[in-house]
Amino acid sequence: MSKDEYWSANIKLIVITLAIWFSVSYLAGIVFVDILNNIQIAGYKLGFWFSQQGAMYVFVALIFWYSSQIDKLDTKYNEEGSK
Amino acid sequence: MDLQVLTGIFVFTTFAIYIVIAIIARAKTTEDFYVAGGNISAVGNGMATAADWMSAASFISMAGLIAFYGYGGSVFLLGWTGGYVLLATLLAPYLRKHHTHTVPEFISDRYYSKAARLVAVICLIIASVTYIIGQMKGVGVAFSRFLEVDYDTGLTIGIGIVFFYAVMGGMKGITYTQMVQYVIMIFAYTIPAIFISLQLTGNPIPQLGLGSMMADGTYLLDKLDMVVTDLGFKEYTTQYRLSGLNMFVYTVSLMIGTAGLPHVIMRFFTVDSVKAARQSAGWALLFIAILYTTAPAVAAMARLNLMQTIQPTSDMSENLQYEQRPTWFKNWEKTGLLKFEDKNGDGRIQYTGDKATNEMVKVDRDIMVLANPEIAKLPNWVIALVAAGGLAAALSTAAGLLLAISSSISRDLLKGILQPDMSEEKELLSSRIAMGVAVMVAGYYGFNPPDFAAGTVALAFGLAASSIFPALMMGIFTKKINKEGAIAGMLAGIGITLLYVFQHKGIMFIKETAFLGDMDPNWFLGIEPNAFGAIGAIVNFTVAFIVSGMTKPTPKHIEEMVDNLRLPESK
Repeated sequence: MSKDEYWSANIKLIVITLAIWFSVSYLAGIVFVDILNNIQIAGYKLGFWFSQQGAMYVFVALIFWYSSQIDKLDTKYNEEGSK
Repeated sequence: MDLQVLTGIFVFTTFAIYIVIAIIARAKTTEDFYVAGGNISAVGNGMATAADWMSAASFISMAGLIAFYGYGGSVFLLGWTGGYVLLATLLAPYLRKHHTHTVPEFISDRYYSKAARLVAVICLIIASVTYIIGQMKGVGVAFSRFLEVDYDTGLTIGIGIVFFYAVMGGMKGITYTQMVQYVIMIFAYTIPAIFISLQLTGNPIPQLGLGSMMADGTYLLDKLDMVVTDLGFKEYTTQYRLSGLNMFVYTVSLMIGTAGLPHVIMRFFTVDSVKAARQSAGWALLFIAILYTTAPAVAAMARLNLMQTIQPTSDMSENLQYEQRPTWFKNWEKTGLLKFEDKNGDGRIQYTGDKATNEMVKVDRDIMVLANPEIAKLPNWVIALVAAGGLAAALSTAAGLLLAISSSISRDLLKGILQPDMSEEKELLSSRIAMGVAVMVAGYYGFNPPDFAAGTVALAFGLAASSIFPALMMGIFTKKINKEGAIAGMLAGIGITLLYVFQHKGIMFIKETAFLGDMDPNWFLGIEPNAFGAIGAIVNFTVAFIVSGMTKPTPKHIEEMVDNLRLPESK
């Protein structure tokens, strides 16, 4: 794996992470909140749930997911680099 | 036991712990002082970061804001957590890889310029000093309300404690104290929430309680919507903060402001590897989210409790009689944060959304968290715990901010710019002196809060968002931005943000100088001044690219430095 391949793989991971980050907060919690609020799960309107609960849970999961993926990439780069 | 005695025991036990830690974790080298020796674990740093980040504003004010803004309060929840995703993916690992001790130091290296460093130091100091004034006020208020000592005495004790452990231990002392403070804070926040959630919904987990059914068979949020709209307030779960666009832009500003605040970024210099820096952002956000996902439950439940205490049924003649108001009501009236005025002279309290008939003429948002346990009639030890928690939140953030200020004075200004050949001992001493002076300055502003105190935290986020975040991000993700571009970008970003805030809020927040007036019709696209950091950031990016394109390209050795920054650590 070359330096450039490593970096573009990392950028791809960041783009995926931030796309999900954007969707759960800005899209589900603000832009489409009124539409999602038509769906009710238990006592929560869905749009309201995303903006005051759901987005935060996804944020936490996202950071750990990104960390684990980039760790794999690092290991791969270091092993192939040492050959 | 008497509430005041209990609170005293709780508060002074926690203070004793901080002092013991300060003595054990003394800083012996500059490495200890700036980055706690650089070997803190990912989980430990996550905990310390959570305490560093969650200030008096998060602990005391946020739930109150949500209680009154309802859905519109989401900007704070999203904005103050979403920034960590940006930190973990865009900034923290690369800055850790560079082995920098302060944020301006990285800017100086990447943009090969002392001028850029100076601009960054100025932004950092303005952002941190404004932020710290709020913390000092929080310390004074918590003391005066719960221990009934006066504001100045309370503040003096608080300053004394911070002075002791921050000057002695530097980042090392602060780190270990923050870990303890996190634990105190999280118990203090969640225990009352669990009690209240149980009372109202029978579910002990507040995050689930908020979506649960109450004893009368209606969902809590539906009930709250009904109660507030009946009284003429806006519907809780759908009330916008001005507009969707304003909420969008405000959230962006808070997120990139969070990622750009130096006292938060610095915490990631203390971990032992790049990998740990990424993971510790995850741990930090997990620890923060425990409080932040509880806050909306506290907010909604406190609002409902408050409404139902005053107006138990929709029949106005059954409203609470002023003469029979509970003790907490009287206590908060004494502080002036709660005010009643019997407009119709019937001796009962009317609390409505209509200004003409509303008799609760003042309900300060900040009392919601502090008064909540009393309103819900929880035992005294829970109330005492809340007081200790509020103090832990204010002190931990104040200490982190003080370190950001003192290290940028000693490392960036003195050693980096004025006297590059300073010895290690001298640098350590000067950082201790800088810390002492910073504590004094912060204390001074605590005793004499400037008129503009209320607007200042928003300004800190605006500055971080419009100057520091773009400069760091561009420094890592593009090699094109050169010295000239970065400096012009930062100045343009801060310039436009300050101009917008000052033209609506007054120059240095002096109302009379607000030449465009603080009214919505004059706002650019209806965006409130506090939310303007995002626009400042866009200006910064744009100016930096244009100016870099017109001036000499980045030198070769800087491009190599950036390449190296992007590579994983070798084993």
